[in-house]
Amino acid sequence: MKKSIARTLAIGAALAALAAPLTAQAHRAWLAPTATVLSGSDAWVGFDAGMSNGVFIPDHAAMNLAGLVITAPDGSTAAPENMMRARYRSSFDLHLTQAGTWRVANVMSGVVVSYKENGEQKRWRGTEAEMAAAIPAGATDVSATRSDSRIETFVTLGAPSTTALAPTGKGIELVPVTHPNDLVAGEAATFKLVRDGQPAADLDVTIARGGTRYRDNPEEMTVKTGADGSFTVTWPEAGMYWMNASVRTPAEGTQMAASAQYNGVVEVLP
Amino acid sequence: MRKLTLALSATAAAAVAGPALAADLTVSVEIPRLSGASYHRPYVAVWIERPDNIAVRTLAVWYQQTANNEGDGKDWLKDMRTWWRRGGRAMTMPADGISSATKAPGRHTVSLPGARLRDLPAGQYVMVVEAARELGGREVVRVPFRWGGANTARATGSTELGAVSVTVTR
Repeated sequence: MKKSIARTLAIGAALAALAAPLTAQAHRAWLAPTATVLSGSDAWVGFDAGMSNGVFIPDHAAMNLAGLVITAPDGSTAAPENMMRARYRSSFDLHLTQAGTWRVANVMSGVVVSYKENGEQKRWRGTEAEMAAAIPAGATDVSATRSDSRIETFVTLGAPSTTALAPTGKGIELVPVTHPNDLVAGEAATFKLVRDGQPAADLDVTIARGGTRYRDNPEEMTVKTGADGSFTVTWPEAGMYWMNASVRTPAEGTQMAASAQYNGVVEVLP
Repeated sequence: MRKLTLALSATAAAAVAGPALAADLTVSVEIPRLSGASYHRPYVAVWIERPDNIAVRTLAVWYQQTANNEGDGKDWLKDMRTWWRRGGRAMTMPADGISSATKAPGRHTVSLPGARLRDLPAGQYVMVVEAARELGGREVVRVPFRWGGANTARATGSTELGAVSVTVTR
């Protein structure tokens, strides 16, 4: 009995690590840089990635960075250094060797299938290609959901650029109208959300500032994206901000259900 | 008939005995109904302080009594920051007659017979109620009252707590 609970928990934790953004009660996933605006011929930036209730407060779970993709200002892919996984956060460094804006993203996608086999509820997660082989023939009540999750942030050496910010066309992505490394307290910024390359209209975007341990009010904001997927936020004060949006679409015909989640971190300077 | 009489007299006796056994100190705490995507019931602590902010007695602590896959309920007692610093961290939870499960939005009362406060000298005190909520805010409401003579005092929170009243009946 104890063993089966332990196993269930282990599987649950593994699924949670992969599928964290899928559940409504999920902790917030954040990938936070130590600095976003840098000068000089090269620079180093550190990153912490975790999942917790209070954004940037590592007190719950380290993030699995299996999907880490770092895009350099020229569009090439760069590698992280000094990667380590602590109890409550994963950390790595990035050596900025090119001027311009770098996109640092943990991108995960896959399919979650829940089904019953001999009356027992089961869950499987993997890629769409493996799905057919992995689900037993006798399975009933099969419900499959495609999920796309993007957890990202941006850092700039020198002047901001946009090559690295080009959307990939998969999941929810942030398209800058205002550059994400050009944000100032008291000023308005506009971003556009796209889902699979198309404007993501009518999404709720939650915006939370870090540092909740040092104040009593969470001071969160929610804005809605317009028909063109854009939303505007006026930053009430300087700080590191977390932005989140998620969407689910039910299955339709041969199209399986789909969910997508976006978590972005931007820094607002005074 | 006889049974009924007995029952009646038992009720009558309870009514008569009521004041002697009933609470001599009652704190009423209102937990407001808040809307939001992920509402969790707040952790709440109720304690008595002297006017110089020295905590003298914790009367109630409402927190998650069990462990779940996120941790043990006691892991977040420290989020009631003021209570934690002034008294909570020196206590052991659960505590008989003090700790209990979190409460739903609505009015809740904490009642004590005077006997449980017999070592509390008469004088001016402050009833402090602190609420802290997961993915929510934190608020402390302070209600000055007098111990040693009937009086009523009240105050109202603005975010995480509603009306708080203190009634001393003797």
